[in-house]
Amino acid sequence: MSGYLEGLIAVLAINIIIAYSVYLPAAAGLLNLGSAGFVLVGAYTAGALTSLHGVSLWLAVPAGGLLAAVIAFAVSFPILRTRGVYMVLATFAFAEVVGGVLLNWPGLGGAAGLSVIAWPGLAAVVAVAAAVVAGAAWLMSTRFGLSVRAIHDDESVARLFGVDLRATQVAAFTLGGFVGGVGGALLVHQFNFIDVQGTGVLFSIYVLLYVLMGGTQTVWGPVSGALFFTLVPELLRHVASLDPSLKSLESGRFIVFGVAVVLLMVLRPQGLITRTMIERLFRRPSAGAQHG
Amino acid sequence: MADALTLDSVSKAFGGLQVIEDLSFSVPRGSRTALIGPNGAGKTTVFNLISGVYIPDSGRILIGETDAAGVSAARRVGLGLSRSFQNIRLMPHLSAVENVMLGEHHRRHPLAAAWGKRATSRARAALADAGLDAYEGMVVSELPYGIQKRIEVVRALLAEPSLLLLDEPAAGLNGAETDELRLLLERVSDRGVTILVVEHDMPFVHSFCNHVVVLNFGRKIYDGDNEGVRRDPAVLEAYLGSQSGVSDAA
Repeated sequence: MSGYLEGLIAVLAINIIIAYSVYLPAAAGLLNLGSAGFVLVGAYTAGALTSLHGVSLWLAVPAGGLLAAVIAFAVSFPILRTRGVYMVLATFAFAEVVGGVLLNWPGLGGAAGLSVIAWPGLAAVVAVAAAVVAGAAWLMSTRFGLSVRAIHDDESVARLFGVDLRATQVAAFTLGGFVGGVGGALLVHQFNFIDVQGTGVLFSIYVLLYVLMGGTQTVWGPVSGALFFTLVPELLRHVASLDPSLKSLESGRFIVFGVAVVLLMVLRPQGLITRTMIERLFRRPSAGAQHG
Repeated sequence: MADALTLDSVSKAFGGLQVIEDLSFSVPRGSRTALIGPNGAGKTTVFNLISGVYIPDSGRILIGETDAAGVSAARRVGLGLSRSFQNIRLMPHLSAVENVMLGEHHRRHPLAAAWGKRATSRARAALADAGLDAYEGMVVSELPYGIQKRIEVVRALLAEPSLLLLDEPAAGLNGAETDELRLLLERVSDRGVTILVVEHDMPFVHSFCNHVVVLNFGRKIYDGDNEGVRRDPAVLEAYLGSQSGVSDAA
């Protein structure tokens, strides 16, 4: 396998993992623009453990996830007191605080970033991504998943049927933090480097777009969003290399990509994958025979 | 044995608007009670007070023998209270069977499976009992209004309530659908469930209910049997300006 393809698959796998860190809270109606914060916590925790303390990579990765989860749990209480755009701003502010702390932490590289040596390998990263997708699918197939989706649709009715709104949302936010931390821990080790400037608000916006464009109605939305956002720009680059007349596409591919995103938002605001689409794909022929 | 529900001098105002004023009535256990009144009388507000969506400004609400004041909206379902809504409040992105499963949510472990035959058996059986099994896997936002209305009632039933609040369950249903609904609710009532129903469909009220409470401008103007309400002067005045009987209002 070429280095380019290996790198692309690794980026895709890590993007999928981090997309689920935003999907889990989003499925419960919580918009998180602070995924970069949890990714940075996981990345710097795991990176520091392997490069400064000689800890095994496979202990450092869950440790990064756990610290991100603990922080997510702690900040979820004030963040969940906000709603709508204020929640988006609160999560954004959280990520900025994390970034600010790390930028001013010389022991972790400060503005120069953190370099690590340990490397998980492509197979391990893909395996973790598959495990995250499978875990999210299992979780959403439980009563917890049902209550998460009920809150997303109508939290006041969900409450009247006994759904503990606060506990469910805190759990979803904390799980999202854990997954983001694990994603960050793999990110820093797969590419042997991370810095705060490259993991800022634009990073969080992209991850949020993976989820919103993919769709929050089903557990498959983040995968499709991450696939779209990771592969379409690369596909455009490939197309541009096929013929000299398409050379302008290489520099203009992000314009084409931006137009595609706007069109997607206009034509399919509910996301690429919807519940109705899944239901139609797997509907039994007899079901709905009386549908009138 | 205590009544299934007791409101004792309950009042509720929104800003300067007094919506419910010193309201007291009881719903006998096992009864089929109708809460009726002209538009704006405060019927849905009473439901919202009982189910914990609103907190009364004063007065007490007893669900069975339990004072509801210290019980959150999420925990009232554990007291045996379940309800439907005036405007359909199903979860639009969930299937019919998933919506119905939400009714029994409070009795299940959070990590229990929500899929598979065992996990969904009760919800499927409840849908089948209501003649809705053909729709169980369909996303409810794609279903017709009348079907959604009945699914909402089934969801409320799966909570296994001892007190069932139904807010205009027959609204928007055609004659056949209303008859099916009445038969379903009669089976539920025969199991001993107390039913409190807000309804404008007076033939439905007269044929189904055995106890009627009438509100007007947030105050009780009648509390008695199904026959007396047709002749009560205050009720006639509230509905039609004393020109005709309540039954004519339908």
